[in-house]
Amino acid sequence: MATQASFIGQKNKKDQVYTDPWNMMFEAERTPSFFTGSEVIKEAVRRASCDMMVAYPITPQSEAAALCGELFAEGYIGDYFRGESEFAVMSQCAGAAFGGARVFTTTAGPGTMRAMENFPMWAGARLPIQMIVTCRGINSPLSIQPDTLEISYLMQTGMLVWHAETAQDFYDWILMGYMVSEEPDVHLPLALCCDGFFVTHTKDMVNLTPTEMCLPPYDPYRSPVPCMDMECPPVRMMRDPFVMKSNYISYATHASWQQEVWAAVERSRKHTIRWMNGLIETENVENDVVIVASGTAVSQSREAIAILEDEGVNVGLVKVKTLRPWPGEEIREATKHAKHVIIPEFNVTGWLAREVSATIPNNERVHAGPHVCGGMTMPPEIIASEIKTVLGMKVPALAGRG
Amino acid sequence: MTTTYRVMPGPEHFLPPSASSMGIRLPDPGQAHIHGSIVSEDEAMEQAAREFLAAKVPTIFPGPLVLWAWNEKAAKKAKAVRHLYETIKECVDPKLQQAMLIPMPDYRPKYPKINPEIEINPNHPNLTIWHNKIDACMFVGVHCHQANLSLKIIRGGTSCYTVAMCAQAGHEDAMLSFRDATAEKIGRLADWVKKLKGTVPPPE
Repeated sequence: MATQASFIGQKNKKDQVYTDPWNMMFEAERTPSFFTGSEVIKEAVRRASCDMMVAYPITPQSEAAALCGELFAEGYIGDYFRGESEFAVMSQCAGAAFGGARVFTTTAGPGTMRAMENFPMWAGARLPIQMIVTCRGINSPLSIQPDTLEISYLMQTGMLVWHAETAQDFYDWILMGYMVSEEPDVHLPLALCCDGFFVTHTKDMVNLTPTEMCLPPYDPYRSPVPCMDMECPPVRMMRDPFVMKSNYISYATHASWQQEVWAAVERSRKHTIRWMNGLIETENVENDVVIVASGTAVSQSREAIAILEDEGVNVGLVKVKTLRPWPGEEIREATKHAKHVIIPEFNVTGWLAREVSATIPNNERVHAGPHVCGGMTMPPEIIASEIKTVLGMKVPALAGRG
Repeated sequence: MTTTYRVMPGPEHFLPPSASSMGIRLPDPGQAHIHGSIVSEDEAMEQAAREFLAAKVPTIFPGPLVLWAWNEKAAKKAKAVRHLYETIKECVDPKLQQAMLIPMPDYRPKYPKINPEIEINPNHPNLTIWHNKIDACMFVGVHCHQANLSLKIIRGGTSCYTVAMCAQAGHEDAMLSFRDATAEKIGRLADWVKKLKGTVPPPE
């Protein structure tokens, strides 16, 4: 059985060289390129040695799924087809992953919700599928604009959940994501989320690794569960479901199974820290006020911090990169000096504020807001305003901006 | 994450936590763990050998990855496992101790019941452990997910000392775990058992 390492240095059918992933990500020369987030997804997948992509590219959409279709036409993806619905897509992804394929897909908003049943199934079956989630509104009336509410559902599925701030994060994390999620002690699906539209539809400078380099192929024989092959056909994969039995040991096994999925999420910590240089990034967290944010709320917070700095108010920043695994210890440490912890979010419920409140001591310090949702933008002024209100400073009314 | 949790023989709890959720981390290449503390591989070899020699019923549970010759390495490992079993058998006191080799051929739950004398099943491993009064065991060639399920259930309901000889990253739900197992590594463990023969007090 060929190991991943044995592929290094060989070429694929597109003349890309299977490259040591660490070298490819950290040592290879990068080319600055001006791309939309969707184009960046395409470029990362081009280098990811994906065996299969299944998509349901409906309108409204990010172009990512269609662009990956182009990759298939160019010969960079082993197989590609369009599912009948989001639910079908995610089920078909599972089938491909059961069969030992490296699988990629993308969805957003109502599509994520429609396919939701599959995600705990992926995690329970230990399938390292990567799913890009370009978050947008999930409720009626329909919105194609950014809204991160769907992340709060994904966080309970047993999947790894990362939240990219920029297109550069997106590019790097797609490739790193496979390296983390395919580790045999992890071997879980990854929901790599970004705030739709802001990241997918806008152009940004992104440093790309060389086109002629790609990740080594997935090795399904390192899987922590039996891989489906001719020796182990699908009927054996059904695993005689415990739900068919009613006794203590069936329940105990099922409980232990669930615990093992979450144990694997915990194990991903070590690998993620190595690849992503930590689960969070911090700036000036010695200040009395610290913002904790994920996704593009981080970018808006940087602008707010600059505005406040001009007014003599110094504010720190914690960028949360991974939501599962949850960087609890890191956030406790980063906020230990803070008198006020401000949490701006692009959703109505404030799931990040709830997570942080459950994590840090003296959580009366947590200020859940500002919130915007339904596609609203979050002007940095409203974050600055929230902070000034918390500090008892005079704040001009920001209403009527629209 | 700093933790005071230790992975110890049970019975631990009605539903014990996974060791990973309690902050136990897996060893890096070249390392092993004992009760959740990272140690050198040699230290773990010695400790595992002592556990086998001190047990009344030291038992090896080989799983499908070494029970079938699906590649050359698997066949080599299977021979090494057999050698380890024979070594343990030779090195224990036959009047007081009984070494066993019980396969885990299948992961599907066995209904209406398993025959615990000839097999172990990862979904209800305690039946085999209780029936044979196994007090120290080693998992080898078991897929990691199934091994972790089983190791945790054993910790929850029995006092058996568990060792994992894992071909991948190791198992924090075992009391002692090696990683990156090879036939040579299994052979080294057999050498340790031989080396310590007669130095470990037999069970009472």
